[in-house]
Amino acid sequence: MSRPELQAPPEIWYGDIEAKKYTANTRNQQIQADMTYRALELLNLPPDEPAFLLDIGCGSGLSGEILDAEGYIWTGVDVAPSMLEVALEREVEGDLFLQDIGQGFGFRPGSFDGAISISVLQWLLNAETSHPTSSPPHRLTRFFTTLHSALKNPSRAVFQFYPTSDDQIQLITSIAQKAGFGGGIVVDYPNSKKARKVFLCLYVGQQKSQQVPQGLDGDEEQDAKVRFERRRQSEKVRSKSKRKAVKGRDWILKKKELYRKRGKEQVPRDSKYTGRKRKATF
Amino acid sequence: MVRLITHNLLACHVKNCNANNFPLEFQNVQLEIREAEFNPEFVKGFLPKIEWKALVDTARQLGDTSLPNEQPEMLDDDFLKNLHHVLLEIHVEEGSMVCPNCKHEYPISSGIPNMLLAEHEIA
Repeated sequence: MSRPELQAPPEIWYGDIEAKKYTANTRNQQIQADMTYRALELLNLPPDEPAFLLDIGCGSGLSGEILDAEGYIWTGVDVAPSMLEVALEREVEGDLFLQDIGQGFGFRPGSFDGAISISVLQWLLNAETSHPTSSPPHRLTRFFTTLHSALKNPSRAVFQFYPTSDDQIQLITSIAQKAGFGGGIVVDYPNSKKARKVFLCLYVGQQKSQQVPQGLDGDEEQDAKVRFERRRQSEKVRSKSKRKAVKGRDWILKKKELYRKRGKEQVPRDSKYTGRKRKATF
Repeated sequence: MVRLITHNLLACHVKNCNANNFPLEFQNVQLEIREAEFNPEFVKGFLPKIEWKALVDTARQLGDTSLPNEQPEMLDDDFLKNLHHVLLEIHVEEGSMVCPNCKHEYPISSGIPNMLLAEHEIA
């Protein structure tokens, strides 16, 4: 399937139907949850200290629910009203904002202890109009500079996103660096086609270790999920084929009885052969 | 779901609106009080980030006068509870926020403020 960000801007792509579909999909939920936990791990917040986080592109609150569960207070921004509506229905705890992150934030300096963003940055890489403020570099610059000032010093911001090429990664990291961020790219499961995930790990100010964390490697985890079993599918098919024929022996006998009652002539006699299947060799 | 905790962090981000753009002024608001879990550690940790005068003024405007004019030196439980109530339990559901400098209006509907800007307002 072609990528959604190439088809329409996010506020249109995530309309009422798509927003509901996206949120109800259990596979999406699982993936989003996994990535949110991983992003929190990369965020490396001090333990046992309640933090105030920013969820960039919070959507329907799939990631926000996990932030709630982990005890963080958070604020979410998203550009798709339908997604926010779903988030309201799901009664997430955080404050929600309808905001285009490419237009920049208005938060006061040092507002947040950290920021996470799941599957969002790729949406900033398309120009929707020819206006100069709509070009991807301009939007990214505005986004990263306002975000940098909104985060406290020291803190981190972790973005999971789906780049299509190395050029895109190059563009994003160079603009983030110009905005004052340190850090870099973390790739989980780089050799797996399915489990490969790209995280942009950005630092504000001096960190204890300036090194970018290692990406996860090796085989992806299998244990947490129930695997697809073909057996179950074939069982379903078999039980379907066992369905009773509508025009079985009983039905035929009933019909014949009815015809006789009505006085119809030449109704065949009932016998042991009535309603029996012919041999396959016929 | 605009709570005062986020309102206290929010300034106007319209192009060239750099001074006197905080705090945004509430207008025609409908409030809702929703209880939230009291977490004294969080409230204490959040204190240094608060612009006290803006918070007190806004809370008074919304009809809550439980906070003192000056940020007290001593943090007792009553004070933290009041602060928790003001920061996390007062939700603005409908209305709008207006920038005191450029008069840009951010409408709030069903608890979600619309922060989108027109093309000429983007910096």
